Amino acid sequence: MSEIMLETKNLGISFGGLKAVDNVNISVKKGQLYGLIGPNGAGKTTLFNLLTGVYKPTSGSFYLDGEELTEKSQEQINHKGIARTFQNIRLFNNMSVIRNVMVGLHNQPEFKCNPFVSMFRLPGHFSSEKKMREKAKELLRIFDLEEERNNLACNLPYGKQRKLEIARALATNPKLLLLDEPAAGMNPNETAELMDIIRFVREKFDMTILLIEHDMKLVAGICEEVTVLNFGTELASGETSEVLNNPKVITAYLGDDEE
Amino acid sequence: MSTLIDGLSLGSIYALIALGYTMVYGIAKMLNFAHGDVIMVGAYAILSTIALLGSPIAAIVVAILVCTVLGIFIEKLAYKPLRGASPLAVLITAIGVSYFLQSVAQLIYGAKSQPVTIGNFGSVAVGDTKISLAAIITLAAGAVIMSALTLFIKKTKMGRAMLAVSEDRGAAQLMGINVNKVITVTFAIGSALAAFASTFYLMQIPSTSPTLGAMPGIKAFTAAVIGGIGSIPGAMIGGMLLGIIEKISLSIPVLAPYTTALEFSLLILILLVKPTGLLGKLKREKV
Amino acid sequence: MAKNKFKLKHHINYIGVGLFLVITSVMMFMGVLNRSTANLITQIAYSIILAVSLNLVVGFLGELSLGHAGFMCVGSYLGCFFAKYMFAFTDSKLLVLIVSMLVGGLVAAVFGFIIGLPALRLKGDYLAIVTLAFGEIVRTIFKNLDTFGGALGLSTKKYGSELFIIALIVVLIMLFVMQNLIRSKHGRAITAIRDNEIAARAMGINVTFYKLLVFVVSAFFAGIAGVIYGHYATPVLYSFFSYNYSIEILVMVVLGGMGSITGSIIAATLITYINFVLTTNLSGDLAALKFLIYAIILIAMIIFNNAPALNPVKERLGDYKNKVLNKITGLLIKKKYDPSQVVDDHAAWHRIPSKIKMDALLSLDITDKNNQNGGDKK
Repeated sequence: MSEIMLETKNLGISFGGLKAVDNVNISVKKGQLYGLIGPNGAGKTTLFNLLTGVYKPTSGSFYLDGEELTEKSQEQINHKGIARTFQNIRLFNNMSVIRNVMVGLHNQPEFKCNPFVSMFRLPGHFSSEKKMREKAKELLRIFDLEEERNNLACNLPYGKQRKLEIARALATNPKLLLLDEPAAGMNPNETAELMDIIRFVREKFDMTILLIEHDMKLVAGICEEVTVLNFGTELASGETSEVLNNPKVITAYLGDDEE
Repeated sequence: MSTLIDGLSLGSIYALIALGYTMVYGIAKMLNFAHGDVIMVGAYAILSTIALLGSPIAAIVVAILVCTVLGIFIEKLAYKPLRGASPLAVLITAIGVSYFLQSVAQLIYGAKSQPVTIGNFGSVAVGDTKISLAAIITLAAGAVIMSALTLFIKKTKMGRAMLAVSEDRGAAQLMGINVNKVITVTFAIGSALAAFASTFYLMQIPSTSPTLGAMPGIKAFTAAVIGGIGSIPGAMIGGMLLGIIEKISLSIPVLAPYTTALEFSLLILILLVKPTGLLGKLKREKV
Repeated sequence: MAKNKFKLKHHINYIGVGLFLVITSVMMFMGVLNRSTANLITQIAYSIILAVSLNLVVGFLGELSLGHAGFMCVGSYLGCFFAKYMFAFTDSKLLVLIVSMLVGGLVAAVFGFIIGLPALRLKGDYLAIVTLAFGEIVRTIFKNLDTFGGALGLSTKKYGSELFIIALIVVLIMLFVMQNLIRSKHGRAITAIRDNEIAARAMGINVTFYKLLVFVVSAFFAGIAGVIYGHYATPVLYSFFSYNYSIEILVMVVLGGMGSITGSIIAATLITYINFVLTTNLSGDLAALKFLIYAIILIAMIIFNNAPALNPVKERLGDYKNKVLNKITGLLIKKKYDPSQVVDDHAAWHRIPSKIKMDALLSLDITDKNNQNGGDKK
């Protein structure tokens, strides 16, 4: 019996008259690697934005580990355990690599330290800073970024920026990790490495992962289940190999390519 | 009643200035802080030309030329290098340009205000209230300019290119629109409008000083925000409304000293409650 | 780690201001510091407080505030108003100064909170206009309130020329608080909001809280600067706190470098000194020269720091600067200068160009990927 980590019920949003996401019902089991695929403009990223509170849904609801998060703010949703990366990498470009991760660690209870304590360097400030730095280094080591920790994030090569974004998201100690096209812009070697990392993250952190990806090799290689979105609605859901061979899905993709 | 008329004539000036603001903001997506100071330069151009040639008409033509050229210069030298930089950087540069124009004007002409007479317009009596002809001309000119601008944007190729750039600069560029050229033209038109604004300003308030454009500039921006930034009819309506509010507030003794505070409070209130103003459109930030 | 190693960089500001304080105080007790120089130092001190506190908003949070003089105005009026009544109970000027600084700072902080509220909904140009409007509103109100002296201004007992010592001590305290804040997790959260607000929210950073915190802290110190000004230049007059003064503070921040506290200190000192020299030597319309200098500083600095086309030049200059710094620090403390340690404080602000490059790359790669996918399918 595996429990459900994320469940959406008739989730939808419309902008003006356009239904960008309509009636989406997906359920992601604990510890699962779940893929979200679909042609460009199918509403995948919009769905991520709904799940992270960037947009408020106009219909339906969603639950994390049984708790409803539909009306929560972005910050609250992150506190409850959903972290994400972005399609068009959004690092803190003018901060060093390690500081990027430390921002992710900001809300962890063990590093609690209110602004006044920091302003006057009262006891607690240094120990919390030191612990944060150690923890951040640990995370960077996992992603093989420790060497670059003092470089500016914007000076990292592209593939490493993607990795840093994942490390930063993990730093918030989520239950569910949303990856928005993690392999975009990576070469085949990097993609293969990324697949290993994603698997590793799942094992090591006991993480549930929902990812959007265009690279079918990656999806077929690591996702246990997928949902295909097309024009904001679910086209198909189920086990990866089944869904990828579904004729409807193939038409949707090829149709998109011909345009 | 006469307060209302006064308000309308003041409002017509604000509206004219606001047109320039709203146009540049709508297309170049920047708050051209120096717009008010371009108006000031226009006023000095008129002052000097009248002193030299004695002809108000020539003065207006010269002012339009000077302002247009100045607008293009400012855009090329100060704003264009910053295309793609943060809005904060552009805004600070605009403030710098505003200061530059003011201080140069003061170094050349002195800080004292100087009288400028474009012409004597007199007034028409409607019932027992007198309406200054200059105000009527300003209002009419505002309406004409507004319609001309709307037509220009809707009917000409350049106008449509402007619309495209204002909607989505990147996409417009991909469609083969020369974004730089469009923005330069926008500044040229905006600055020409500033010259009109100087003309009508001087018709109603016949004196000029280096800080002439500063306060009206900020107030006109308020007007543009009230009307909905980027909207041409919005600028007109906002200008009129602000003019009327200012005159009404000035006519009430308790409120009079606080008029500026009142107008700015209105600005803050509108930005908080309805940042899109009366006629503006909502823009969603893409994630 | 940071605890054990002494980093010159982290203490340079305290050392600089501290030395300045010691030297000038010694000079005063020896009687070789004249009154006008003492006044100039007071001016420099409150300018530093203003510049650094504005830098917190502009350089670290990344929002433009054009109403910093407004916060100063509120602090100045309220602090001096309080001082006036306090003098009825005590003769100790020092006590009155300290208490009124706290009062002025706190009242300004309340206003900072109020102005911070719009900052939650507005950004960029709109927020700048709101702060500008706020400054003008405050000024208009104080101009018309008879309780505060109306158009004549508010006078209180003038502090002696030794005020500069207190002012410089306040500068040190402010530097302590500001630098600690910026170098803590809270400072990281603030710069994260500046760099990418959307990502900061997604990381669970409470953007509301930090924006308000920045505005409150910044206004608090602006208020204190106002009280120091009030005790130095009584009567406090509304016309001093104009939009022009807000811009003057902004010029200091821009000249010193957005996000650099050391820069703000140096620029505030420089600008105040230039100002002092110009106002004593220029009169009438030539006074506009000051604003011309400001204008040129604003335009030149911003274009130099932000224009994408100038990036290669800057990189070369940066290399050169690092080489020189390496040599200097090598000579001084025999330790290799590590440019990466400067990262946060120096904040080569908004490096849009590299981002543009990256976006271009990204879009290229995506199209590539899609084609591959299509190929796979077929």
